[in-house]
Amino acid sequence: MKRLFKTLQGLWSLAVGLKITGVELFKPWLTVHYPRQEVDNLATFRGHIELVPAADDPQTPRCIMCWKCVEICPSRCISLRLHAVGEGAEAGDPGLLLAPELKSPYSAHLPPPPDKIERVLDSYRLNYSLCSLCGLCVQSCPVEAIRFSRNAYLVGTTRQDFDLDLLARLRNPVDAPRPPGPRPPT
Amino acid sequence: MSQDANARLTGDFYTAPFGPRIEEEGDTLILNMGPQHPATHGVLRVIVELDGEYIRRAEPVLGYIHRMHEKMGEVKSWVQYLPNMGRVDYLHALAWNWAYVGAVEKLMGLAVPPRAEYIRVITCELNRINSHLLWWGAYLLDLGAFTPIVYAFADRERIMDLLQMVTGSRLTYCYYRFGGVSADLGDEFIRGTHEFVADFRKRLPMYRGLVTDNMILRGRCEEIGVLSPETARRYGATGPVLRGSGVAYDVRRAEPYSVYDRLDFTVPTGRNGDAMDRYEVRMEEMNQCLRIIEQALEALPDGAHIAPDLSERLLPPKGEVYFAVEGARGKIGVYLLSDGGPTPYRVKLRAPGFSNLSLFAELAQGTLLADAVSILGSLDLVIPEIDR
Ligand code: SF4
Ligand code: SF4
Repeated sequence: MKRLFKTLQGLWSLAVGLKITGVELFKPWLTVHYPRQEVDNLATFRGHIELVPAADDPQTPRCIMCWKCVEICPSRCISLRLHAVGEGAEAGDPGLLLAPELKSPYSAHLPPPPDKIERVLDSYRLNYSLCSLCGLCVQSCPVEAIRFSRNAYLVGTTRQDFDLDLLARLRNPVDAPRPPGPRPPT
Repeated sequence: MSQDANARLTGDFYTAPFGPRIEEEGDTLILNMGPQHPATHGVLRVIVELDGEYIRRAEPVLGYIHRMHEKMGEVKSWVQYLPNMGRVDYLHALAWNWAYVGAVEKLMGLAVPPRAEYIRVITCELNRINSHLLWWGAYLLDLGAFTPIVYAFADRERIMDLLQMVTGSRLTYCYYRFGGVSADLGDEFIRGTHEFVADFRKRLPMYRGLVTDNMILRGRCEEIGVLSPETARRYGATGPVLRGSGVAYDVRRAEPYSVYDRLDFTVPTGRNGDAMDRYEVRMEEMNQCLRIIEQALEALPDGAHIAPDLSERLLPPKGEVYFAVEGARGKIGVYLLSDGGPTPYRVKLRAPGFSNLSLFAELAQGTLLADAVSILGSLDLVIPEIDR
């Protein structure tokens, strides 16, 4: 008798489960059918980092070349190159210009470097295949010169495809995020 | 060298005990479960010696996904080690975040603003539900039920959308910072979380009707893998595995950190210590998480989300520190030794999964092979965390 009751109870539990799946069958789709539809929450998505243009010129990066992002990145994905222009440019190695107030015995006899040395960013590269999207570079930048892009659809077939030249991307935005929704027919 | 010693030298350290015994004990079969096996969720290998359908001996083999996380801590600066934490246990990444930043904060005596504490509680508990949901789906998948994981993923998706709003990532979060969190909660997140809590509360009884009360599940879980509290203690098991055996040990209650002592929640425990009890404990824990989130949202104070006057180059003083938090799988501990330099001198991570897996060899002895899969699933293992 007890066993019969237990079996009936078990069978009923199966019926309850089937009812739930049955109800679910008639609910609207939750999944997004990718090429035809796209997700709509990319506003908070972190893609690779990108340079922020200066307020007055969309072609120039806001970056002041302070090297902070390069230093803090755990995976060393960022590398920049720069050169000095104008007065003091001939002082040589741009690396030394980072701290013009420093004097060594070798530079003591040289005329004092100018207070401000104009520098130009030659390249800002990101090796995206190493990046863990931790956000430390973005947060450590003193002038908010980098931000996360919304580029969720970056694909490539070689490792070199992910060695991104961010400066070139700033000047020539190749893959600005498209508005969500079906692609326009090409 | 004798014949016997030669025989023992074949194979690796783990296979050695399986070799020469076979002839003595008769007709048994050695079977490798894994490293690529659908029931081990990651690269775990279990060597089992079968006598018919029954397991005579089982031996988990670890190390296939060892990534030197502890060693990496010694070569990266304090702050650069943060992203590693999300990758130790990808399912409850925020608890690992918390264990590490908590340890450094304790070492430096850094105060965390109250708003940041509450933000940590809310996000960490959301992440815990997320982790339990994936366990739930994957465990039932092990037992042969495909549909539940789809339901679990529908809910997981909502949590991931919420967490993406504040952390920017969906799985391997790197969100907590020394002295706070990296971004403040927005109104949209708070609204979304309120909605999620209300909806998920309705989903839990549905889960019960769909699976928990199901006679097939009960047949696969009840009285399977009975773990006595003594055995659990002997292996250092924590989390739902220990609580399923009736020991109400939860780091959030036993050694309260952050603001957990101000929140009202219960620590669910089981009675028999079988797979069903571990299951029920996790299901009830999700309910308790909802309660914690609600209270924390209610009490969320205004103010800064990160301590304002942090020096740029963080240099903790000389000393050692241990800090533990409650993760979805148990007690997560981070031990740090600092010599005052720019990197930690030594990092030791206590992964709860390691202790929880160790008792599998004992639990599986004498069970059916199919039940061993159920036991393995009920331990909720994340292999990357075990190997670290
Ligand atoms: S997000 Fe992290 S890993 Fe990626 S470039 Fe920035 S600091 Fe490096
Ligand atoms: S931290 Fe900002 S300003 Fe400094 S080098 Fe990096 S991008 Fe440029």
